[in-house]
Amino acid sequence: MSELRLMKGNEALAEAAIRAGVDAYYGYPITPQSEVMEYLMKANPEKTTGMVVLQAESEVASINMVYGAAGAGKMAMTSSSSPGVSLMQEGISYIAGAELPCVVVNVVRGGPGLGTIQPSQADYFQTVKGGGHGDYKLITLAPASVQEMADFMKLAFDLAFKYRNPAMILSDGAIGQMMEKVELFDPIPRRTDEEVALQCPWATTGRKRGTQKRVITSLRLVASVQEEFNIKLQNKYKEIEEKEVRCEMLQCDDAQYVIVAYGSSARTSMKAVEIARKNGMKVGLLRPQTLWPFPSKQIETLINNGAKGFLSVEMSAGQMVEDVKLAANGKAKVEHYGRMGGVIASPQDIYEALKKFAK
Amino acid sequence: MELQDIIKEENIVFKKTKLLNDKPLSYCPGCGHGTVHRILMETIEELGIDEQTIGIAPVGCAVMAYEFMEIDMQEAAHGRAPALATGIKRVYPKKYVFTYQGDGDLAAIGTAETMHCCNRGENILIIFINNGIYGMTGGQMAPTTLEGAKTSTSPYGRDVSTMGYPIRITELIAQLPAVRYVTRQSVHTPAAVRKAKAAIKKAFEYQAEGKQGTCFIEFLSNCNSGWKLSPVQANKWMEENTFKYYVPGDIKDNFKLLKNPIIE
Repeated sequence: MSELRLMKGNEALAEAAIRAGVDAYYGYPITPQSEVMEYLMKANPEKTTGMVVLQAESEVASINMVYGAAGAGKMAMTSSSSPGVSLMQEGISYIAGAELPCVVVNVVRGGPGLGTIQPSQADYFQTVKGGGHGDYKLITLAPASVQEMADFMKLAFDLAFKYRNPAMILSDGAIGQMMEKVELFDPIPRRTDEEVALQCPWATTGRKRGTQKRVITSLRLVASVQEEFNIKLQNKYKEIEEKEVRCEMLQCDDAQYVIVAYGSSARTSMKAVEIARKNGMKVGLLRPQTLWPFPSKQIETLINNGAKGFLSVEMSAGQMVEDVKLAANGKAKVEHYGRMGGVIASPQDIYEALKKFAK
Repeated sequence: MELQDIIKEENIVFKKTKLLNDKPLSYCPGCGHGTVHRILMETIEELGIDEQTIGIAPVGCAVMAYEFMEIDMQEAAHGRAPALATGIKRVYPKKYVFTYQGDGDLAAIGTAETMHCCNRGENILIIFINNGIYGMTGGQMAPTTLEGAKTSTSPYGRDVSTMGYPIRITELIAQLPAVRYVTRQSVHTPAAVRKAKAAIKKAFEYQAEGKQGTCFIEFLSNCNSGWKLSPVQANKWMEENTFKYYVPGDIKDNFKLLKNPIIE
């Protein structure tokens, strides 16, 4: 039965992984997401659902363990934080190139380098614009609550398998560490080997005699073959962009100015919208739940409905603001406001920035 | 007796395994890879485990091993094959999993993945082809290149004072308690091929027991193109030089070290 609990974001995500019927978690400890593996190790789901939990020797190894299990049709995942996710980029690129479904969780901290363990959103570019080599995209979900940490776990796997594409849950240190009430969904049993074979005929589970062998690879040496594959990928990405955009709009109906914010920034921005409304400003909030595909059409619609400007509020030097600008396409004013290095902007800070922006 | 009378099903003394297809191998004539491919696939066929076996191809000369082997396979990033194998074996503990890696893949870029996979005692078979050179990229120095050997990135010979010593990673791996079987083989003579095939068979039989423990087989191979020798000369050079530093034979069996791996 669904169940109410008070949990940390990282713990809710881990519990949701067990409940979603995930087959394997491979990870490496890093702050501020270590609770994910700690929770899983303590819950010991190998005894209940049969889910494998393994501490790898590095993030490089964990993402490649995910690659192996995903290639065999299993629901495999890993989680890390920024420096660890940088190490995973090679593997993520191969997984995208081999068209495998898997989920990677990034509980973002401040960078560059070792940076800080405080929350940040400075990995937007890495996640949404590439990170690894080659033309590929990650389906990117951005939870803004402990509830969404749990719910997006299942959604991420659903989308990853639907499109045979890696999915990223791009969280941040604040969402990962804070405690909130969460309604946990009912456990879904892990798929049987027969169900895996049926759902993933491409998976390497051992070639039955008289059938074609299955090969998982991202190697296509002939240029025309590689290009053909690139076109196939791009067509898939186009379909995802058309069908899978998810966002939440708050008080946008009559908004002259719209804050665009995700994750922790969206939470503080909600309060900023409240303050602004009390002071007579017609302000709304657009909260992307998918960062790729990005809610560009929604921004276009808001402009057509009279929105004059968009303020992208991020815990970074301004990364998502580029996508807001592309969506606005010169038809509305777009600026960025944000704090960096692990500092979270207060609602009052955002309200002040909004006043300046609207002048 | 006419020729037609001899060419008959009952007179066949050798048949290519069905698990190797007829695509021309991408290896240089005289290279050991083809022979290792053959005995590996023969063993899998003879044991009847082809429907339960998943192989991992490396980056290096054997990058396209999956093109020739008629079993389910995955192609790893450079050095990561043991991590993929771990990922698969953990979710399918009853299936047979092997990696097929060269010296650059296993003993340089993939050292961490290899050591830790073996340290966890993943119940898989690691096949390690050691030809002391990067063949695929055109003959650069490998971690296993012998002291003084000339390659395109050690044109004056490997100087151990700046380039390090040729690494005996197989002996290092044998030290790990969770490793069950470690042996060093070659495929340069028919007798060696027979012994090597028996080693592969033993490793798969161990894997079938489902007991925690990694099996590791090193194959000393020539690289006649990289060494710039004829196949015959390369094999002779290997016997006279490589075998002195990388001594062939069993190193560990059923978790027991058979000889002091520290070689004088």
